[in-house]
Amino acid sequence: MDGVHDMGGMHGFGKVEPEANEPVFHAAWEARCLALNRAMGVAGAWTIDEGRFGIEELPPAVYVARSYYGKWALRLENMVVERGFAGADEIAAGHALRPGKPLKRKFDLAAVARSLVRGSFGREAPAPARFKVGDRVRTKNVHPATHTRLPRYARGRVGVVEALRGCHVFPDTSATGAGENPQWLYTVRFDGRELWGETTDPTLQVSIEAFEPYLEAA
Amino acid sequence: MAHDHDHDGEEHGSELSEMQLRVRALETVLAEKGYVDPAALDAMIEAFETRIGPHIGARVVAKAWADPAFKQALIKDATQAVQTLGLNNRVGDHLIAVENTPTLHNMIVCTLCSCYPWEVLGLPPVWYKSAPYRSRAVNDPRGVLADFGVTLPADLQIRVWDSTAETRFIVLPMRPAGTAGWSEEKLAGLVTRDSMIGTGLPKDPKAIA
Repeated sequence: MDGVHDMGGMHGFGKVEPEANEPVFHAAWEARCLALNRAMGVAGAWTIDEGRFGIEELPPAVYVARSYYGKWALRLENMVVERGFAGADEIAAGHALRPGKPLKRKFDLAAVARSLVRGSFGREAPAPARFKVGDRVRTKNVHPATHTRLPRYARGRVGVVEALRGCHVFPDTSATGAGENPQWLYTVRFDGRELWGETTDPTLQVSIEAFEPYLEAA
Repeated sequence: MAHDHDHDGEEHGSELSEMQLRVRALETVLAEKGYVDPAALDAMIEAFETRIGPHIGARVVAKAWADPAFKQALIKDATQAVQTLGLNNRVGDHLIAVENTPTLHNMIVCTLCSCYPWEVLGLPPVWYKSAPYRSRAVNDPRGVLADFGVTLPADLQIRVWDSTAETRFIVLPMRPAGTAGWSEEKLAGLVTRDSMIGTGLPKDPKAIA
């Protein structure tokens, strides 16, 4: 979706402000929030792509104003309610008022190790890769209203396939519950001037990780 | 850990208490429903606070500096190569190491969310997830570097990797001059987190020698 989360190239957000000796969490609730979100993912409540879409669906003003874990908390609340894992009345009450509907697995001590390794999204290829290293490709000019991993700044642009990364779960379908629909994944490199115009720093190159449906031959 | 601190442009005092209450309510409800065990949440948090951090990446970089065969393996398949170090934590698929050279500087970003090689660098810092970094890294990386106090030669190629899929990147910075004969352990002391993201450089060997 063409949301405010798709920030590449936007102006006006100001300087990057690194914090010296930054703690892992800035408040105890941030740690609980991270752990709860990951725990529900490991428990099978939603996929990583559905979870990302859940953040993108926050209203733009909320997305920009809230801290990172503030967004995660709102997403968690929205998703457990939408998917029927808890009622808004229960969250307001601060206690369960009904038994929960079944989940794939409980997030217990045995599941912790699983939450500390990224999931594996490589899948068997349903067809040979359409492009090879060195091919010139153009990203499609598409504007899906749902989740996509093709950033706006890199749509309708010509780049070069630099690497094949295997065949992966396709976020665009996975995010809406439409299935894994595995697709080839490529690193596609663009000249900075192709993305940002002729006045751009000529030493700049930018790459995205592009799923095959995002690409056509150029 | 839990100190009040303004960041990311939020209205902090009100968000802190509101969020404390909302997250506590969520945890209580989800635990009472039987979905999550609070002790397992504690264990996950403990791992991120104490075990999984940039010291892992620093070890990987130092080994690559000291051992050419490991460096070759790392560039070929970083997931496999890091596995051979015998870390406590397994590394997920498709970790990719990108090498800085005298003619090329790499920088990692996720413009769409916060994708980060957290198994080797720990959870990302606030700035990595912030709008200023995500918006500017892809069109003004030299300006971003200036915010970190880093200036690179004007003719150096800058390559920005936008982490738009489950492939994750770690920068292999250049080994600083003046470190011949250093042990891997001592070399690891030069490797900063930011040097593995591409927003910084390794420490000056003279500063720690």
